Amino acid sequence: MNDLILAQKSAFESDLSKVTSITELEALKVAYLGKKGTITGLLKNMGSLSNEEKKDYGRDVNELKNLAQDAIAEKLTALKEQEMMAEINAVPTFDMDIPANTQGGSYHPITLVQRKCEEIFRSMGFNIEDYSEIVTDYECFESLNIPKFHPARDMQDTYYLDNGQLLKTQTSAAQNAIYKKYKDALINEGKPIKAIFPGRCFRNEATDACHENTFFQMEGVMVDKDISIANLIYSMKTMLAEVFDNYDLKVRLRPGFFPFVEPGFELDISCQICGGVGCPSCKHSGWLELCPCGMIHPNVLSEGGIDPEKYTGFAFGLGLTRLAMMKYGVKDIRDLNGGSLNSLAQFSDDE
Amino acid sequence: MYISMNWIREFVDLEGLDINKLISKFSLSTAEVENEIFYKGSDLSGVVVAEIVSIEDHPESKKLHLLKVDIGEGEPVDVVCGAPNVRLGMKTAFAKVGAQLGEIEIAPRKVGGYLSCGMCCSEKEIGISDDNSGIMDLCACYANGTDIKDIFEIDDIIFEVDNKSLTNRPDLWGHYGMAREFATLAGRPLKPLECVDLSKYADLPALDVKIENDDCLRYSCLKIDNVTKNRSPMNMRIRLYYCGLRAINLMADLTNYLMLEMGQPMHAFDSRKIEKIRIKKFDSPFTFQTLDEVERSIDENTLMICNGDEPVAIAGIMGGLASEIEDDTQGLTLESATFDPVSVRKSSTRLSHRTDSSMRYEKTLDPEMTTVAIARFVKLLSDIDSGATVISSLTDEYKRGYERKTLTFDKAFVDRYTGIGEAITKDEIMNTLSSLGFDITNEGDSFTVKVPSWRATKDVTIKADIIEEITRIHGYDSFAPLTAKAPLFPVRKGIVKFCEERTKDILVKRFGLHELHSYIWAYYDEYKKLGIEIEDNVKILNATNPNIETLRRSMIPTQLCQVKVNTQVPDFGIFEIGRVVKGTKEDGLCDEHKMLAITLYSKTKELRDLYYGLRDIMASIVSDIKHKDITFVAAEASHSYEHPKNFNNIICDGKILGQMGVVHPTVAKKIDKKASIVFLEVDMEILASVSDSGITYEEASKYPGMEIDLTFVTDKFGPVKSAITAANCPLIKDVAVTDIYEAEEGTTITVRIYFGCMDRTLTREEVMAVVDSITADLSAKGINLK
Repeated sequence: MNDLILAQKSAFESDLSKVTSITELEALKVAYLGKKGTITGLLKNMGSLSNEEKKDYGRDVNELKNLAQDAIAEKLTALKEQEMMAEINAVPTFDMDIPANTQGGSYHPITLVQRKCEEIFRSMGFNIEDYSEIVTDYECFESLNIPKFHPARDMQDTYYLDNGQLLKTQTSAAQNAIYKKYKDALINEGKPIKAIFPGRCFRNEATDACHENTFFQMEGVMVDKDISIANLIYSMKTMLAEVFDNYDLKVRLRPGFFPFVEPGFELDISCQICGGVGCPSCKHSGWLELCPCGMIHPNVLSEGGIDPEKYTGFAFGLGLTRLAMMKYGVKDIRDLNGGSLNSLAQFSDDE
Repeated sequence: MYISMNWIREFVDLEGLDINKLISKFSLSTAEVENEIFYKGSDLSGVVVAEIVSIEDHPESKKLHLLKVDIGEGEPVDVVCGAPNVRLGMKTAFAKVGAQLGEIEIAPRKVGGYLSCGMCCSEKEIGISDDNSGIMDLCACYANGTDIKDIFEIDDIIFEVDNKSLTNRPDLWGHYGMAREFATLAGRPLKPLECVDLSKYADLPALDVKIENDDCLRYSCLKIDNVTKNRSPMNMRIRLYYCGLRAINLMADLTNYLMLEMGQPMHAFDSRKIEKIRIKKFDSPFTFQTLDEVERSIDENTLMICNGDEPVAIAGIMGGLASEIEDDTQGLTLESATFDPVSVRKSSTRLSHRTDSSMRYEKTLDPEMTTVAIARFVKLLSDIDSGATVISSLTDEYKRGYERKTLTFDKAFVDRYTGIGEAITKDEIMNTLSSLGFDITNEGDSFTVKVPSWRATKDVTIKADIIEEITRIHGYDSFAPLTAKAPLFPVRKGIVKFCEERTKDILVKRFGLHELHSYIWAYYDEYKKLGIEIEDNVKILNATNPNIETLRRSMIPTQLCQVKVNTQVPDFGIFEIGRVVKGTKEDGLCDEHKMLAITLYSKTKELRDLYYGLRDIMASIVSDIKHKDITFVAAEASHSYEHPKNFNNIICDGKILGQMGVVHPTVAKKIDKKASIVFLEVDMEILASVSDSGITYEEASKYPGMEIDLTFVTDKFGPVKSAITAANCPLIKDVAVTDIYEAEEGTTITVRIYFGCMDRTLTREEVMAVVDSITADLSAKGINLK
C-alpha cells in the first residue's frame, strides 16, 4: 500500500479515537471524506502513477474510504448511545415515598348524603322537589292536621317571624303544596305522586353536641289508589337497604304518633354498628330509631285536594343530618354548621 | 311512666305467659318501652320475720343495742342493731346469715366488738321505700321465720314507658288502661274494676258545686268522714314507690294510687275547709300558695277551684297548701274532675309547673272516668279503713263530654289499607276491637263500631284510626312487604336543581372550593367584630338568643365570618348555596331567595389575580351550564364590606345574576391585615332562568390561521375590545389578553388576535389590513401601540 494512503489511514484512526461528540464526528467526517477531505483528496494524486499502479492505488483508497465510513457509522451509534445514557443519568430516581398531594375541594357531608338518597329515590321514579325555608302556619301545621293549640306544636319549638310566617320545623311543610302540584296528574292521568323533598329545618332550641337549631331532613310521599301499609314496609325496607348499602338490613315498625299520618309509625333499623346484637350506640337493644313514617292522614290528603276515599298514600321523613353523622361518625352536630375547614374540608366526593 | 306487672296482673290473668315477650310485644304494638326492665326483689333473699326477744344496751355505744331475735329456727340469734326504734317484742324484717340484700351478702361479723349474726332491716334496706329512719315495725300477726316476700308484694317486674309515645293515648296513663292492652295482646279477658255502687248514697245531702267556666267539663265530688287510718298498707306503698311516687298519708296516697291505676287525677281537700265549690277564673292576678309551699302568680286565664271566692286549688295542676289534708283530718272532700286539656297545658306552661296531674289532663282525659274513679276510691278506702263513712251523695256537674263516634267500614277497606288481604280475618277484626272496648257488630263484610269513651276524646275519630287498632295488634312484623303497582313515568330533574348540582361540582372539582353550611340569620356579635352593619329585615319573634334575631339579606357577611375562623389556611375558597330573605313581598310573605355565595381568600395571590380568578369561576359556571358569556357592569357599593371601586353586577342575557366584589379594606383588615378577599353572590333562580344556548358545532378550518400580538399603552381593555368588535371582520376567530404590564410609560395590555379562514391560507397583507384599521381606530381615541 502506498505510503500516502497508509499515512492517511493512521491519521484517520488516530483522529477518530479522539472524537468524543457527535459534532466532532461530523467535523471529522467532513475533514476526511468531504469533497475537500483528505481521503477524497488522495485520488487527486493518481495522475503521476502508471496504469498498473493506478488500479492498485484506486482500490486501496476506496478500501480506506469504506473503512472510514464504517468506522464513523459505528462511532456515531456509540456516541448516540452514550448521549442517551447521559440524558437518562441526568434525571435522578424520584422518591416515591413522598406523600401524594390530593388536595382539592370538598362537598358538605349533607350534600353527599343527600345526593346518595336522591339518587336512590330518583332511580325508583321519585321526583325531587325543592321548597322554601320560610313557610306559613298553614303549610307547616294547619294543612298537616295540626290545628292551633295542638300539643304537637309544643313538641316542635318553632321560630315565629314578625311577618306572621315561621321557619319550617319539618320538611312535611311542603306536603300540601306537592299534593296540589301533582293532584291533577294523579286524578286525570293516573300518574302516582312520588316525590321526595330534602330541605333545611329549624327548631328553636339550645344547641349542644346532639341538638342543632338548623338541620336537614328529607321527606318522601307516595300517593295512588290502593297504597297500603305493606307497600310502605316494602318501600322503606328497599330504600333503606340502598341507603345503608346493606341488603341484610332489618326494619321494624312500631306505633308512633304524628298528626299527619294514621296509622303512624316509628321505623327502627337493625343497628348498623353491632349488626343487631346490642351495643352502646343502640342502647343494647339492637335497634336504632331512624325515621317516622305512616299512612297519610285522610285530612291531610283532603286538604291537598285528594279524595281520601279514592286514594291512599304513605309518607316518611329521614333525618339527613342524622344520617350524615351516622355515616361519617360525626360526634358533635355543631361541626356541620361550624364553618371550619379543619372539619369540613375532609369530605371529598363519596359517590 | 313506670308500670308494675303485679298491678297489671290484678286486672288480667297472665299466668303461663312469658312476661318479657309480652312486654316487647307491647312495645311493638302499643307504646315504646325503655330498654331497662327492673326485676324488683330479684336481688333479695333470706329476709324473714323476726321477733326481738331480748334487748341490752351496748356497754360502749349509745346508739347500738345487743339483741336476741327469734327467727323461727329454734335458738334466738344474736344481733347488734343501731336502729333507734328497737323495742322488746317488736317484729321486724331480718336478713339472716346468707341473705342477699342487693349487692350485699349477709355474713356473721363483729359490730362494736360483739358478734352480729344477721341484720334487722329498714324498708330502704330491702328496697321497698326510701324510709331509713328505723327498722321495719311489722304486725305481730306474722309468724316468726315467715319469708318477707310471702307477706308483701316485693317481687315485681317494673318497666318504663316513654311518655312521648303516650301523647295520643289518654287511656294509657293508668294501669287499668295498660292492662286492657295486655289483655288484648295476650288474648285474655280484662277483669272489671271492683267498685262501690255510689247510687246507694243518693239520699245523702248533695255538695254545693257550681262550674262557672267552660274549661271545666265535669266536676264530680263526694264527702267522706271518719277516716281514722293514716298510713297506707305496705303493698300499696310498695306499688307507689316502684312507680316513682312517695307515700305521704293514706288519703294522699289513695288519690295518687287512683291516678296511677286509672289515669284519673284526684284531689282530697280537708272537708273542714270546703263548703261551696266554685270552678272559675278571676278577673285580676293574685298569688296562691300550692301544696309544695311555693307562692305562684295566678293570672286571669288560670282556672281555679274555689271555696266560694277563696281559691283552694289550681284546676288540674295542684292543690293549695291551706286546704291540705293534715294529721288530724278525718273528713275529706274528694274531687274527681275533667278540665280542658289546652287550658291546663297553657296554665302549666305559664306557671312553669308540670305535675303528674297536669301531664294527664293535657292528653284529653275521658270525662266518663270521674265517677268511676270515686267509686273505686271508696271501695279501696273502705277495704283499708272500714270506719270511713260517706256523708254526701255523689255530686256530679257534667257540662260537656266528647262524642262517641260510630264508624262503619268493610273488609275491603281494611284489605286495601293493609295490603295483606286474608292474613287479617273478619274474626280477628271482631276480636281485636271488642277486646279493646269497641262495641262492634258485623253484617256480611261490613262492620259498625262504636268508639269507647276512653278512646273517643280525640284519639279515634275516623276509619283510618280503626285500621291502626287492627294492624298494631296484628303486629307489623307479620306484614309481608309488597311492592306498589304503578305505571312508569320518566322523572326529570328540575332546572334549578340541575344548576345547583352542576355548580357545586364545578366549584369542588375544577376550582377546589369547599362547601360550607351556615345559618339563615345574621349574627350580631360576629358582624360587629367585622364592622358589618345588621340590615333591617324580617325578625324572629321568639329567638331565645338575641344574637340571632334578624334574618340575613345576604350570605356574604356570613361567609366573611366563616373566613375569619379559617385564616390559618393561607389560600382557600368557600361556597354555599343557601337562602336569604330580602324583606317581604307585596303579599306580606318573605321574599326568600336561593343564592350561591363564593368567597376567595389568599395570602399569596395579588388582589387583582384573585378577583379575576373569581370572575373566571363564574364565567366557567355560566359557560358550562348555559353555554353563554357573562359581562360586568360597575355597581354602586352600598354595604360596609363592598369595595367602592371594585364591585360589579354580573350580567348574562341582559339579566343581573348577582354581584361580585373586592372586600372593602376596612372589613378585610379586620379579618386579616395582609390577605386579599373577594366575594360573589348570585341568585340561583335567575341563573337557572337563563336559557341554555347549547353547543353549536363549528367545523375546524383545514388552513393554518394566524396570531397577531398587539401591545397597547392603556389600562382599559374595554375600548380595545370595542375597536376589535367594530372591525366586524369575519376572519377574527378569537381574542385573548395575554399580558398586563405596569411599564414606566403606564400600564400596557397585550392582546392576541386569532385569524382564520375556512377556504384558504390567509395572507399577511389581508390580516395586517384588519390590524391597521383597529390600531388606527384606537389611535384616534388616544390609545396607541407601545
